[in-house]
Amino acid sequence: MQKMRVRNHQVVLNRSVGGDAGIAFFLIIMGVFMFLPMYYVIIQSLKPLDELWMFPPRFYVQHPSFKNFSDLFTLLSDSWVPFSRYIFNTVFITAMGTFGNLLFSSLAAYAISKIPFPGRKGCFWIIQRSLMFTSTVTAIANFLTLSTFGLMDNLFAIIIPAWGSSMGLYLMKQFMDSSISDDVLESARLDGCSEFKTFWVIAMPMVKPAWLTLIIYSFQGLWNTGASQYIFSEQLKTLNYAISQITAGGIARAGASAAATVIMMIVPILVFVITQSNIIETMASSGMKD
Amino acid sequence: MEDRIDKNNDTVMEESENLQNSIVNEESEALDNTENVNTENEGSEVTTEDAAAEDQNKKKEKKKAVSRKDMTMAQWTWHEMKRNKIAYLMIAPFMFVFILFTVFPVVLSLVLSFTNFNMLEMNWEMFIGIKNYTRLFFEDDIFLLACKNTLVFAMITGPVSYILSFLVAWFINELSPRIRAVITLIFYAPSISGSVYLIWATLFSDDAYGWVNGVLLDLGMIDSAILWFHDEKYAMTLCIVVALWMSLGTAFLSFIAGLQTINKSLFEAAAVDGIKNRWQELWYITLPMMRPQLMFGAVMAITGSFGFGGVVTALCGFPSVNYSCHTIMHCLDDYGSTRWEVGYASAIAFVLFMIMIGANTLVNKMLSKVGQ
Repeated sequence: MQKMRVRNHQVVLNRSVGGDAGIAFFLIIMGVFMFLPMYYVIIQSLKPLDELWMFPPRFYVQHPSFKNFSDLFTLLSDSWVPFSRYIFNTVFITAMGTFGNLLFSSLAAYAISKIPFPGRKGCFWIIQRSLMFTSTVTAIANFLTLSTFGLMDNLFAIIIPAWGSSMGLYLMKQFMDSSISDDVLESARLDGCSEFKTFWVIAMPMVKPAWLTLIIYSFQGLWNTGASQYIFSEQLKTLNYAISQITAGGIARAGASAAATVIMMIVPILVFVITQSNIIETMASSGMKD
Repeated sequence: MEDRIDKNNDTVMEESENLQNSIVNEESEALDNTENVNTENEGSEVTTEDAAAEDQNKKKEKKKAVSRKDMTMAQWTWHEMKRNKIAYLMIAPFMFVFILFTVFPVVLSLVLSFTNFNMLEMNWEMFIGIKNYTRLFFEDDIFLLACKNTLVFAMITGPVSYILSFLVAWFINELSPRIRAVITLIFYAPSISGSVYLIWATLFSDDAYGWVNGVLLDLGMIDSAILWFHDEKYAMTLCIVVALWMSLGTAFLSFIAGLQTINKSLFEAAAVDGIKNRWQELWYITLPMMRPQLMFGAVMAITGSFGFGGVVTALCGFPSVNYSCHTIMHCLDDYGSTRWEVGYASAIAFVLFMIMIGANTLVNKMLSKVGQ
């Protein structure tokens, strides 16, 4: 009989102490590599101008100040279009795009994954291939399509294509294949659930981690929408665009641009922190028993 | 695979018919989408005699439905389409948008790659054969260089980021949820923070104010600042490092979520069956259970590593010094949105697409060997 090790009040099977130590070492080294640049951005944004151009550059800040942030807001409030307009545009694009993508993708993913209709293999085949086609070339054809529909210079020119983003669907479908058993769905159908009800009441709660991942993914893509070739009006430009204009200001704006980077990175990170705790909560309470 | 699905269909139909007796009288509208059920519902407010007669009918129908061999392929397909018509309703909204904005442009691009369509010139020919492709491979030296760079780049970042994503996800899987959440955040943050990678340009800045140059100068290891991102010797390596730094993205999250759904009792059973250590457990249980996520991760790694262009442009400039970091994506940008030679750009995109498909096929072949 092997010796039993206990961790988190559970018996640990097949785990050597040496292996655990090696893994911890690996994670720490990699974690430092991952975190240092992020840390440096934050430090830069807190440095006053004289420290920004100090030699040698420091990995810490002597007199932290929020002056860079206030500079940033001064710069932004001077802009011709009210800054709140940029924020509204980005929030609107992100919210509408994510919602539509979640709804459309999960419906389609459920049908492709769980209903044996003729043509589903073809649908999936094409979706899988589409993940690998670069957006640079589709952009040219989309330009023609969107102008035909009169969506040029309209926020929906960014939102509607996002609804058909195949990434979320692929992810959801793969997850449904591996995590929803057909028996559960079958018994629901036999109990008189319509296909839509089965999808909504049975399947969707079971793939909560997948649709949260989809939300994060869609959010992240849309939040970082910068200059788009479909939008020309200054009033319709996004937050990322407005901020990149500041970053382009050069040396004099080094502090403000570091502050802008920090603000732009904090929102997706916060969203991720919130949804991630939700995923873990779901996993803890779901207790995979069918 | 196909056989199994078909068998499933048949058993599904049988089962649903067995249950119909109990449901028939309740006028349930929503049992299953079989046509049998529909006919059943129409005639449900009837006497027992009729019901008995219908029972007979049903038995006949059941025989008909099960014996698929009596039908031609087309009939069977049509039958199945009617039976599952709700599925088409469910995929319709997505497929409409998807086809319009992803499939149609792809097809259009393939067609355009055989023309010399140019947005800036009106007199272009409809069909010039494979001239674009011969120009790519025999005349365009920069494209060939870009091909080489892309392959080097993809061969390193693709597999390394893929393995790294999986290893980290797997290592943190057994930690307590709180610690796991923190580590996930640290590793995932670089890939979602938008333009935060520009900090690498500050760290490896060309002048003495760059942190790396500053430290090296201070320590006396170099005499003058190194032009990191603008030096042929270092640019590619640094771009690979940045790519790896940003590469723990969607695939990483998918791995974490997937690992969480593996049934824990499998590992207990495996321990009883004589699995000795974590690596055996990984090979025989975890990896086979994770295959759907692994395939997704492979696509992500391939797409990411072949399509990694924007970051290089931001860090090294466009074009990079002596084309040292010029990838196929850059060729595409160059011809697609600078020179507006759409036909030629489409040909480049198609070549890139085929390379990616090839890589994906290869990876899928390898994944099918996992756990055997």
